[in-house]
Amino acid sequence: MASSVQVRLLSALLAVTSASFAFAQDLRAPEAFSSITNPAERSRALFTEAGRVLQHPRCLNCHPVSDRPLQGNDSHPHSPLVVRGADDKGATGMRCTTCHQAANFEPSGVPGHPLWHVAPATMAWQTKSLGQICAQIKDPSRNGGKNLAAIHEHMAHDSLVGWAWMPGGNRVPAPGTQAQLGALIAAWIESGAACPAS
Amino acid sequence: MSVTLIINGTRREYEGDPNTPLLWVIREDVGLTGTKYGCGIAQCGACTVHVDGRPLRSCSAPVSAVADRPVTTIEGLSSRAAKAVQKAWVDLDVVQCGYCQSGQIMSATALLEQKPKPSDTDIDHAMAGNICRCATYQRIRAAIHAASAQLAG
Repeated sequence: MASSVQVRLLSALLAVTSASFAFAQDLRAPEAFSSITNPAERSRALFTEAGRVLQHPRCLNCHPVSDRPLQGNDSHPHSPLVVRGADDKGATGMRCTTCHQAANFEPSGVPGHPLWHVAPATMAWQTKSLGQICAQIKDPSRNGGKNLAAIHEHMAHDSLVGWAWMPGGNRVPAPGTQAQLGALIAAWIESGAACPAS
Repeated sequence: MSVTLIINGTRREYEGDPNTPLLWVIREDVGLTGTKYGCGIAQCGACTVHVDGRPLRSCSAPVSAVADRPVTTIEGLSSRAAKAVQKAWVDLDVVQCGYCQSGQIMSATALLEQKPKPSDTDIDHAMAGNICRCATYQRIRAAIHAASAQLAG
């Protein structure tokens, strides 16, 4: 039988673990890369740092490579089974809005946002390398016709992107803040928008 | 803060916490117990109602989200598609224990109202969020096809 001291130690350990779990990791600012004098190298380094957000489950889960989104900190297939449908907002009779409302709903634990949907199939990030994601982001034929300024606007100000930092429940937020991601993307564009090799 | 509800065509005011799950209000305050509590986390579909004619898991929506919007529960289903579904459910003896069936019927009706001739894939995708522990899935699918045939006839 466990002693009361052991129980207290276990409780303390669990508390520390859960606190770490919910803690948002930092994101390095563009200035941290100013010592890299080669612009292309600096640009790749900036995108690699931004990639910590892009490849985080909060972003990756809704950029699936199949018709089915992922969920959770471990990016498991969405349960119940849902598919993107014709407009990336679900199938007839089983829309995103069947369960997801305009805001996170803590009583059921279901996350929400007014624009909840999965990214179009051309914007699939799951299973892709960061270099492939970078090339995809820059390609207007796959990014919804966006130029680099529009890409920055999306990353820095889109409110559904912003949900990644306030996901509610036990979902781990994306690293840093949306403003820090916006600064990294702006600096990446300014330095030539170079892509990592892989 | 008061929330104006329109449930099965009847307008009423809800004076409680606007963040209360809609399911609680339907069952506890309005007294309509046909809509079931299953999991409480939008995984099983037993609590499905229609809002603006579309399925919604009432356990996972604050009552404030449906203010001034028409809500239909299993007690208020009356469309042509709903009647076809109810007849097909009886004809094929779909129900076993029955606990999930009001949710199943709400989802099936909403599907047929939007897509009167669904394929097996359409049915699977629309019904994937409605779990039946008695595993009546094959009869549910057959009944949806039967209701579809009724609607076409």
